[in-house]
Amino acid sequence: MKADPKGVLTGIHFMDGNHAACEGALAAGCRFAAGYPITPSTEVVERFAARIPVVGDGVFIQMEDELASSIAIQGAVWAGRKAMTVTSGPGISLMQEHIGLAATYEIPLVFIDVMRGGPSTGLPTLPAQGDIMQVKWGSHGDYEIITLATSSPQECFDLTIKAFNLAELYRCPVFVLLDEVVGHMLEKVVIPEADEIEVQERLWTKKTPEEYWPYDPEYGMIPGMVKAGDGYRIHTTGLTHDHRGYPNLNTKTQYEMVNRMINKIKDNADKIIEYEEDGVEGADIVVIAYGVTTRVAKKAIEDARKKGIKVGLLKLVVVWPMPEKRIREIAKNAKALIVAEGNMGQLVYEVERLAAGNCPTTLVPHPGGGVHKPETIEKAILEAAK
Amino acid sequence: MTTERKGKGTIFLRKEFCKGCAYCIETCPTHCLEFSEEFNEKGYHFPVLARPEKCTGCDICGMFCPDFAIFGITWKKMDKLQAQKNEGGKVESRS
Amino acid sequence: MSEKDMKETYEGAGVSPQDQADNPVDRILRQERMPHIWCPGCGIGTTVNCFARALEKLNIDLDNLAVVSGIGCTGRVAGYLKVDSFHTTHGRAIPFATGLKLANPKMKVVVYSGDGDLTAIGGNHLIHAARRNLDITVILVNNFTYGMTGGQYAPTTPFGSIQTTMPYGMYEHQFNIPKLVAAAGAVYVARWTVYQVAHLTRAMTEAIAKKGFSLVEVMSPCPTLYLRRNRLGEGIDEVKRFKEWAVRKDGADVNDVGISRDKPLIIGKFVDIERDEYIDLMNRQLSKKLGDRYTLYGVENGEV
Repeated sequence: MKADPKGVLTGIHFMDGNHAACEGALAAGCRFAAGYPITPSTEVVERFAARIPVVGDGVFIQMEDELASSIAIQGAVWAGRKAMTVTSGPGISLMQEHIGLAATYEIPLVFIDVMRGGPSTGLPTLPAQGDIMQVKWGSHGDYEIITLATSSPQECFDLTIKAFNLAELYRCPVFVLLDEVVGHMLEKVVIPEADEIEVQERLWTKKTPEEYWPYDPEYGMIPGMVKAGDGYRIHTTGLTHDHRGYPNLNTKTQYEMVNRMINKIKDNADKIIEYEEDGVEGADIVVIAYGVTTRVAKKAIEDARKKGIKVGLLKLVVVWPMPEKRIREIAKNAKALIVAEGNMGQLVYEVERLAAGNCPTTLVPHPGGGVHKPETIEKAILEAAK
Repeated sequence: MTTERKGKGTIFLRKEFCKGCAYCIETCPTHCLEFSEEFNEKGYHFPVLARPEKCTGCDICGMFCPDFAIFGITWKKMDKLQAQKNEGGKVESRS
Repeated sequence: MSEKDMKETYEGAGVSPQDQADNPVDRILRQERMPHIWCPGCGIGTTVNCFARALEKLNIDLDNLAVVSGIGCTGRVAGYLKVDSFHTTHGRAIPFATGLKLANPKMKVVVYSGDGDLTAIGGNHLIHAARRNLDITVILVNNFTYGMTGGQYAPTTPFGSIQTTMPYGMYEHQFNIPKLVAAAGAVYVARWTVYQVAHLTRAMTEAIAKKGFSLVEVMSPCPTLYLRRNRLGEGIDEVKRFKEWAVRKDGADVNDVGISRDKPLIIGKFVDIERDEYIDLMNRQLSKKLGDRYTLYGVENGEV
């Protein structure tokens, strides 16, 4: 379906990434946000709080902490809303239990994470990419999530819409990662007309209350949804549950529930994955990066090419699930892979695993507090090309 | 059980739900319940209406029973429900 | 067990029981989930009876009722009720309920959970919900302990009581729950025990009907992990003790209602006041500032 024009601020704007992410959420139909103040993400909810009363039929509430905001949105989703919360690394750490709950409830939910330097209170106003693993693995147990990484305000708008659409399609938590510098970067943002924006409607059940159970697969592996107040009188729990949503604490139910929760993402990974390539075919060296690091990598690659090196860029737009097949292929054809990321080495382990010894993988780390210098990445490219 | 109407009301029991906590027996205002001699499948003694002539159908046992095993009802209320049922109408709320 | 099987298990009076089965609690129970997990002599089931009877008195459309629970023994209540029911994480039933109510104001939202869940791990949410005065009802079952995890001490465990993590007797101060939520802004606060089933039912009725944040504290025995460990007998012994121990003082000063096993247990309706509700306040402020640009939220046919 098309976006509701009430939430779409059509026009050409000069806007920062945080505000653009908020506009993306409104355009996608998000009408409930709960948040707790945390630098450098707060502008997203500040804008939401200002805009939602005028957009209409929606609410923002500032909760007492991140634990509360990450579950208030789950109440709102069960009441039929599209909902999100916005935070930064320390907030994601606090929300982890509810990320697991959202995965177990199987509800569409968007978390916007404007990343800052860590660990702990770290560098509240400065960038880093240290959340890439905690969004994937932070909660206990086995589950799958989707994560998108943005590198410009325009992407903040576009990918937030995509995040809401993916959340609805696969009924799982979806993360939108902004680097602090992307959140606060002012650039041109084009917001199209509402009828040019595709918005995924909730996968409402087509069943009657008599024949409905909340976890019976209805759309492929995905169960159809209902909302509280519609007479379905559902029950759901964070305990291991059967198709009825009732606790059923045994190995068989655990096996069935966890498998379906994981496979609904894994088996659809090809439809979810998105990446951009620049000169990867025929390249000797391939740089793999995401978020703001891709902007620096581009300059490094440009300079290395001037020196006659065949180097390409694989930019991960969707970081989780990883484009595993593509990285395996690349590793077979390239002489070396370089992973540049704003941490001391997180995604590099995944890349290394996928390269499977077919070519060496080099990490270009950055502890946070700034972004890489193009020369640092270029140096790694020149080193690898030797 | 007998159909004879001795008191003002009676009780209904799902004896397999009973866990023998004695709430109903101890709180019955007219002391008309007693523990059974026999056991239910779980091995608990359950209540029996030992003094039916004293039962008022007040449903205090129903309000107390933490296992949803027992409730009381007055004959008057039961007749009303039966009449409603005979008329084919939906049984209304008891209150 | 199916609904039909459930009713057919009733015996009595020589009449066809499935025709006559009229236990109000049966109408809101998920029959297929019975029997429940609560121990013999536990009072939680009694509170559910009272809740069922309160709903019947209020004549609420059960399609518009949501019950939200946290974790623990009382946290299992939601799972047994045939309404939209949500079993959330430990301590977070109230913020879940806040999101649900705010996203769909036409729902009646009841949080049904225990003392440890609501006042310890969920304590911050409890006071903030009372402060906001969003229209939700909290039924707090206080059994002085953490039952599900094996009888550890709670913020409510009385002085001197033995618990697994207080093996030499409780020496921490307790929460006075009515005082806590009254100070934070609750508009309705009452405390009853499972002995006063009729009063408890009425209190639940009033609390659910009350607009704003309401709380009913229900004192309930935990025979397995509190009473036995403290040589206080069975569940029924505590219920009978409640009869002697409890003293009704409606309108009592909440400063005086802290619980000690050596002093009378003050019960009754402590707070019943009027205070602006959250959505009303939001609508008023936003209308004032935004005028025609703002459409009242959650209002259908002029009613919230």
